[in-house]
Amino acid sequence: MADISVKDAPADPLSPEEIRADFPLFANREGIVFLDSAASSQKPIQVIEAMDHYYAFDHSNVHRAAYDLAEAATNDMEGARQRIARFIGVADSAELIFTKNATEALNLVARSWGAANLGEGDAIVLTQLEHHANIVPWQQLAAEKGFEIRWIDLADDGMLDLSDLDRILDGAKLLGLTAMSNVIGTIPPVRLLTDAAHASGALVCLDGCQSVPHMPTDVKELDVDFLAFSSHKMCGPTGIGALWARRHLLEDMPPFLGGGGMILDVNRDGFIPAGLPSKFEAGTPAIAEAVGFGAAVDYLESLGMDNVRAHEIQLTSYAMRSLKERFGSDITIHGPAEPDQRGAVMSMAYRDIHPHDLSQVLNQRQVCIRPGHHCAKPLMRYLGVGATARASWYIYNDTNDIDLLGDALEAAGEFFSI
Amino acid sequence: MSDLEDLYREIILDHYRSPRNRGELETPPAHRAEGFNPLCGDEIVVYLELDDESAGEDAVVSQVRIGGQGCSISQSSASMMSAAIVGKTVAEVEELTRSFKAMMSIHEGELDGDEAMPSGQPGESLGDLEALRGVVKFPVRIKCATLSWNTLAEGIEEALAD
Repeated sequence: MADISVKDAPADPLSPEEIRADFPLFANREGIVFLDSAASSQKPIQVIEAMDHYYAFDHSNVHRAAYDLAEAATNDMEGARQRIARFIGVADSAELIFTKNATEALNLVARSWGAANLGEGDAIVLTQLEHHANIVPWQQLAAEKGFEIRWIDLADDGMLDLSDLDRILDGAKLLGLTAMSNVIGTIPPVRLLTDAAHASGALVCLDGCQSVPHMPTDVKELDVDFLAFSSHKMCGPTGIGALWARRHLLEDMPPFLGGGGMILDVNRDGFIPAGLPSKFEAGTPAIAEAVGFGAAVDYLESLGMDNVRAHEIQLTSYAMRSLKERFGSDITIHGPAEPDQRGAVMSMAYRDIHPHDLSQVLNQRQVCIRPGHHCAKPLMRYLGVGATARASWYIYNDTNDIDLLGDALEAAGEFFSI
Repeated sequence: MSDLEDLYREIILDHYRSPRNRGELETPPAHRAEGFNPLCGDEIVVYLELDDESAGEDAVVSQVRIGGQGCSISQSSASMMSAAIVGKTVAEVEELTRSFKAMMSIHEGELDGDEAMPSGQPGESLGDLEALRGVVKFPVRIKCATLSWNTLAEGIEEALAD
């Protein structure tokens, strides 16, 4: 065990041990050290029960039915939409579109807004930190429309290199930006970038997959134009994500997927799209998942997002300090040096053990980390590695998990030096 | 850690630490094929040179080099593969590939409780490659072990297509 003094650390605003009691998985898999919440978080009983209750008491298809049950289902889903919208500082819940996941939300922006507004001679800007979900949809569209994609590089300190920002943004129509790197944890200065983008006439499409689950989010403060995030990384179910955008943008954008539910009228000559949010929600939505997503937001609000963020900064600080003290130059921690510039993910290299081999040995001790490129190959290329070993934490993790990670790393080091 | 020791046999770690036939070959005359394991980011580059491409299945592998990066399983499998195929005809290499893949899938079958599928006698012909047998207990790692073989098959296909 690492002997690290914590006397100067402030008290943890969360109680991870009590929180773990809300998550059945931890009781069902005793001894598991789950350090992969950046890929997907575990689910509290409150979310699981909300979805069960919905199916047991309230389920029918939503909208367009006169019976009470359909009204109950509709109210459940729309209530969730309102609470999720409020969670990101949005009063008008019609601006919150449910999607299959954040990837679909970003594809929606590309295929609807992008296809209508980008063409030859245009440019958009992405950053070296982006997840493939905020790269590939734009590359697909660029191949069809012939617009340019420019890049904001990473600086040596793990933050974005903003030295040439004005030139890069000059004449661009969109800035695609992650609010928190899913690989090295970098939290870019979103508001500063948004102001610069707007000054150049570019809109901002923010990927909030890693930030919305882990810190307070207010789209008014961030002043972004689009925000995509997913439910399953923030205690909610898989199968649902969300896109928020300014109302006037959504009103001007053509529908993305066509079908039932998204029309006002259809005749043989064409159709009139429905109003928001239905215009972008073709087909039967993921109703139970929306209910679970709403319950997840309730759960996080009961903890307080400021507390979640403070807890994670403390844990990040402890992890960086204790692992460095324990392993010295045997461990490389990618990304910014300051814990408050980082989210709750830590990509590392340990000795010369390949991340895939490392995670295999860690698995023997029930320590769950994720090896690989984390769907961010441009960033991997920048780091000069094919893969990293990534540990990530959340509300239910504590310093003991970090110590167990350290113990497992030590065991892996011994194993591979046989 | 017995399963782990089964996975990481000493000979595997030896090939990982001291990979054989590491490097590049000039193309042409060599052919270059690239394989990716999107799961873990492993990349393998196989450079393959045949003595006489017009000989088809009877052409002999004269030189092989391996590039790229990856985990111990993918790298050691590539290294052992490179050592095993030099001097063999394309037909023999294809037979070896079948045996190697059979070794992987036999065990997949056994894990599912199925009867082993017939495989010839891979034990004799596989030599050092036998050490990778432990991989089948870790199904997600099978792709690591087969990556170089699939890449080699592409290289052969390309060489013979010319």
